[in-house]
Amino acid sequence: MADKNRGARIRQREPLTDAQMLMFISIGIFAAMYLAAMLTLKGGFLKPQQIFDLLNDNAALIIIACSLTIVMIGGGINISVGGVIGLTVMSCALFLNKVGVESSFLSILLTFLLALGIGLGFGLLQGFLVSYLEIQPFIVTLAGMFLARGLTTILSVNPVKVQHEAFLALVKTKLKIDWLGYTAKNGNLIPAKIEIGAIVAIAVVVLMYLMLRYTKLGRSIYAVGGNRQSALMLGINVKRSIFWSYVISGLLSGLAGFVFLMHKPAGNASVAMRGEMDAIAASIIGGTLLTGGVGNVIGTLFGAMILATIQKIIALSPLNASWWQEMANGAMLGFFIILQSVVLSARSRGRAKRLTREKAAPQPPEDPPPSA
Amino acid sequence: MKKKNSSSSGLGQLLIPLVALGILIVFNLFRDISFFSITMRVNNSGNSVLAGNLISVIDSASELAIIAMGMTLVTAACGGQDISVGAVGAISGAVFVKVLQGMGSITVSSVIIGLVLCCLATIVFKLFNGTLVAVFRIQPMIATLILYSCGRSIAYWINGDATPQLNSPIISSIGMTIPGIPIPTPIFAVLLVGLLLFLVFRFTSLSLYTQSVGINANAARLNGINPTYIKLVSFILLGVCVSVASIIGVCRLGQLNHKTLLVDIEMDAILAVAIGGNNLGGGRFKLIGSILGAYIIQMLTTTLYAMNVAPVNVKAYKAIVIIIIVVAGSPVVKSKLTALWNRIRSGGPQNAQKEGVS
Repeated sequence: MADKNRGARIRQREPLTDAQMLMFISIGIFAAMYLAAMLTLKGGFLKPQQIFDLLNDNAALIIIACSLTIVMIGGGINISVGGVIGLTVMSCALFLNKVGVESSFLSILLTFLLALGIGLGFGLLQGFLVSYLEIQPFIVTLAGMFLARGLTTILSVNPVKVQHEAFLALVKTKLKIDWLGYTAKNGNLIPAKIEIGAIVAIAVVVLMYLMLRYTKLGRSIYAVGGNRQSALMLGINVKRSIFWSYVISGLLSGLAGFVFLMHKPAGNASVAMRGEMDAIAASIIGGTLLTGGVGNVIGTLFGAMILATIQKIIALSPLNASWWQEMANGAMLGFFIILQSVVLSARSRGRAKRLTREKAAPQPPEDPPPSA
Repeated sequence: MKKKNSSSSGLGQLLIPLVALGILIVFNLFRDISFFSITMRVNNSGNSVLAGNLISVIDSASELAIIAMGMTLVTAACGGQDISVGAVGAISGAVFVKVLQGMGSITVSSVIIGLVLCCLATIVFKLFNGTLVAVFRIQPMIATLILYSCGRSIAYWINGDATPQLNSPIISSIGMTIPGIPIPTPIFAVLLVGLLLFLVFRFTSLSLYTQSVGINANAARLNGINPTYIKLVSFILLGVCVSVASIIGVCRLGQLNHKTLLVDIEMDAILAVAIGGNNLGGGRFKLIGSILGAYIIQMLTTTLYAMNVAPVNVKAYKAIVIIIIVVAGSPVVKSKLTALWNRIRSGGPQNAQKEGVS
């Protein structure tokens, strides 16, 4: 009983961890930005379809951002994800065209396995090099990025369009929700449309959230990222945890490649160019720290949505030129990063002040002495 | 713990890059010995210059080598990398061209004014990065992600979409060769920047301070070093390096293209720092290692070109060689190899065990 009370008291004193705080900031900013867009730009933003469009267009980004979050929580980094998406998309497109235009569902399954296989291959190789050979993750995954991009251009320099009919039918398959739809001007009801990729992305976020929070592997990744030495002393297999974080990251990048192909059925040497940087930005905005041990995939989802919303707003606003878009993107990114830093430092200062105040104050007597 | 061991000895850090360079040279010797031939040739503007693959390696690695030096400093002081060097280089090139166009004619004095102004502009942008890193305590990669994503747009905004041309003997003598001197000028720029940094390190305590800030910023602060100041200085020096490299890049082509000037150089520069045996987590560093790394990367690229690999496919082969180099340099492989070497030298595993016991 007494123990329970004590736990409650400690929890009260620290209502939110820094990571949760950052996550709530990003959720709040997303809500505020969306509201502002609804009020000023109106148009599409008033319909629920807009949110689904954001999800549909950015499913692959959400998935690779999750994969990066996992690696970053473990204290590493993986900048090969964009390259792996490019390679996956290209090889899947070539494979689908090779098996013939009108072959069956089986070939789609094989393509899916090919995508996962490419991702797994990169994950295994990079994980082995980073965890067991102790090479700096930035360099390993940079080499991975070069390898993936190089292999993509070796496969084909020219864009490859998927001709496979069953796959194109899959691309067009969308989940339709009537009650979230809207009535068009001619009186027809247009239901809200969700692509398979968006559903996969949300499923990945939920799965990874559960994995990080409740499985042994997930908790080990947090522990290793937070403090490698302590994790080692607690008996956690540090190398294996890091290895698996890269394997999961690789698998997810392969999956993201397949999802990308389901959104845009064409391979191209410049697919997901700089995708890794967008993914890193999404993770950071969502509250993941590059130093490791802190982060949350739910925050990452909102980070990715913030980036997507910025792009959408700029695309709809009068400043619709690519260089304006990039500059506004950079400015917003800078704003978020500085805001995060200011909030975090204010919190830590507040905590320090509270600590000194508690130290200065005389200790209250713990229990009334059992007087006679 | 193992990391410290591997980088503590003087030559130990440089062993892997030197061996890698050596293997590349030997490989080229066996592949095609004419790779090393150096000839005198008359170039377009009528000067006789040195030509050959080796010269072109040393010449075209100049920008990379200069930026790698600055990157080493930032890496050592901040424990992270600046990924905006390419984008800021584009801005700096744009400023340089804008100043020259504004001055009307291209003379030695206008080039010097352009150099100074473009240095100042680059330093301002680098100070922005540096402030985010040093004052706001943001991880360098994230802080520089901002300019990485919008730097080239700023360059566009400064100079418009056009690709302005600079036609002048002064420009070509900066980018290629000075009449009468057969060695390409960018090589001298590398030497100059290297010498400057060497002198700074020789006569100030900057090197020591940078290393101590990189190893433990808090401990450095308690010892009277201001980490904020040291980190800002490292970014300023990187800014100078970037502006020199961007001017070389502009003058080499005689034109400014904000999309392709110093493109992707940030990745190569970080790679050069790592191949040179420097720890990307900050702390101890060796400038010469990074310079060697830069030449290794360029040597590799030129070798691949000489083997008729298409430019777009070079990346894949480069990645394989990089993986081999870093695997050879990894602490685990190194300690295993050392153990193996000791066993061979002491003649059989039994002797080795005895030695271990005694």
